Amino acid sequence: MEHFALKYLRKDRLPHIFCPGCGIGIIINCTCKAMDELNLDLDKVVLTSGIGCSSRIPGYFYLDSLHTTHGRALAFATGIKVANPELTVICFTGDGDTGAIGGNHFIHACRRNIDITVICVNNYIYGMTGGQVSPTTPEEKVATTAPYGNIENPLDLCKLAEAAGASYVARWTTAHPFQLVRSIKKGINKKGFAFIEVVSQCYTYFGRLNKFKNNIELLKYIKENSININKAKNMSEEELKGKIIVGEFVDREKSEFSEEIHKLIDKHKIVK
Amino acid sequence: MNFDDKGRLKPGKYFMQGNIAIAEGAIVAGCKFYGGYPITPSSEVAERMALRLPHIGGKFVQMEDEIGALASVIGASWAGLKSMTATSGPGFSLMQENIGYAVMTETPCVIVNVQRGGPSTGQPTLASQGDMMQAKWGSHGDYQIIALSPSSVQECFEYTIKAFNYAEKYRVPVMVMSDEVVGHMREKVIISDYDNIEIINRKVGMNELPFKPDDDLIPKMPIFGKGYRVHVTGLSHNEKGYPDAASDPVEHAKLVKRLNEKILRHKKEIWDYTAEYLDDCSDVVIVSYGSPSRAGEIAVKELREQDIAAGYIKLNVVWPFPDEIIYEVAKKTEKIIVPEMNLGQIVREVERASKGLCKVKLVPKIGGELHTPEEIIMAYKNF
Repeated sequence: MEHFALKYLRKDRLPHIFCPGCGIGIIINCTCKAMDELNLDLDKVVLTSGIGCSSRIPGYFYLDSLHTTHGRALAFATGIKVANPELTVICFTGDGDTGAIGGNHFIHACRRNIDITVICVNNYIYGMTGGQVSPTTPEEKVATTAPYGNIENPLDLCKLAEAAGASYVARWTTAHPFQLVRSIKKGINKKGFAFIEVVSQCYTYFGRLNKFKNNIELLKYIKENSININKAKNMSEEELKGKIIVGEFVDREKSEFSEEIHKLIDKHKIVK
Repeated sequence: MNFDDKGRLKPGKYFMQGNIAIAEGAIVAGCKFYGGYPITPSSEVAERMALRLPHIGGKFVQMEDEIGALASVIGASWAGLKSMTATSGPGFSLMQENIGYAVMTETPCVIVNVQRGGPSTGQPTLASQGDMMQAKWGSHGDYQIIALSPSSVQECFEYTIKAFNYAEKYRVPVMVMSDEVVGHMREKVIISDYDNIEIINRKVGMNELPFKPDDDLIPKMPIFGKGYRVHVTGLSHNEKGYPDAASDPVEHAKLVKRLNEKILRHKKEIWDYTAEYLDDCSDVVIVSYGSPSRAGEIAVKELREQDIAAGYIKLNVVWPFPDEIIYEVAKKTEKIIVPEMNLGQIVREVERASKGLCKVKLVPKIGGELHTPEEIIMAYKNF
């Protein structure tokens, strides 16, 4: 029997370009699972992405997809969703695409609370360009442009999404596939901006540069360092240092941008 | 309100500002999406669109910057709407990467640049034509765009409609290279019966492969949400839309040559110019575009009153550059004078296209003031 996910994928594009052991395979699988369970009208789903490893994901889905410029996927997605609110818009992005070059678009897409679901693959590093330090690289971890260890403070993308006004915010890792499927489903169903961060293993760069023996060891490290938000609430800052807090951070109802535009049009339209 | 049943200004005579005329032209053209970011001296276009688009069921979004503005326009165009943005120098610089993206993905869109003095922040409230080369060459790689240049408020209205028609027909970003003077000037605009105004819409659909062109080298556009399930990427792609061409020299060359050729092959249909006295211009021809054309036209009349065989050609479409038209002019005259509100941009194209058949002189002017007819006349006398 054919693998369930294949009906969502462009079979003629396989095999994919991702490195052996990359976490993106798990994330594609979880996304297909979520789509399967939601029974979406696939002709009405549009994927967008920017530049980077994670941004190559939409090219493998047998859906309408727009692989855009670095950091700008959410601005393109805003145009798509506003132009045709019937579409389900899902954006694949990464820690560099969202946290660095696309930071401004990220903040304002959250603020508008536009009905887009973001799946952000956070692998702590720039994979596509060869292992450079990213805005989420943990302190002291090594990257090709941080050969002596990272001296910058990492950015918490989920806290930013929450502060900027997103309706739904969650973080999981590739070691939490069931929770991830549940969050992707929730995110797609959410009327508003849903930000789902997935901490993922990049063995090729992050793993090798930081002396992990193999990708399994790196995935184990991610799993063992994860702490659920409910448990983390009672822990001190000291205890949480270097930990990955996972769970749902935000789940709230707010007005949604593309719907507000339509309300405005209904009020001011002079053409029948 | 003075609107017809389609939400357009009713045919008639109006007194309006250039930037407003651009917005009203866009409404007539069928624009349904505006993504922008405020910048002097273009902001009135955004303000007017924010006011007017809801009237016709169109959507206005003020984005977080000009990069996002053009990105949203491209997204909306793929979702099926005629889309535009307007900006000025600094914003135009920020848009350059996504202009290349629109070229590569063959996305119809209109970009209005109400030019101001540069470089950098420069002169926000004063006019220039300093972005003419940037319009053609500002993004990386080999590509073609179409650029129009209005010299009056009437032309702001008409050329915006034309810009949408070109964008939709050729699936290419089209630029309306206005300037602060035309943008902020108030003049009479005559809107004739809409039956006489041609409106072109993109070919929606898909051949066997999404980027396989028709005989005119332009593919049908498989817009999103219609079941075409197309992958669109800024990477070099094959006719399937797949990025295999990114590492394939033959596929890449095939794509990029077609993107250029689809404009160049149709250049004669795209070119548009206004000429006078070209059958009697053996002494001099003023070649201009945009605002300086106003002084150029007067200068020609005054030169002719002095029995000088002077002609006049105003380039309404500057890109693709009308080489053959300038070459024909160069054959007929001894001298060409090019007044520009910059230190010399389009004059180099004129020199190149005239192939040494006549002398070419630039009348540069920067600082924000228009040329006077006298300055152009003096340039001829001191040639």
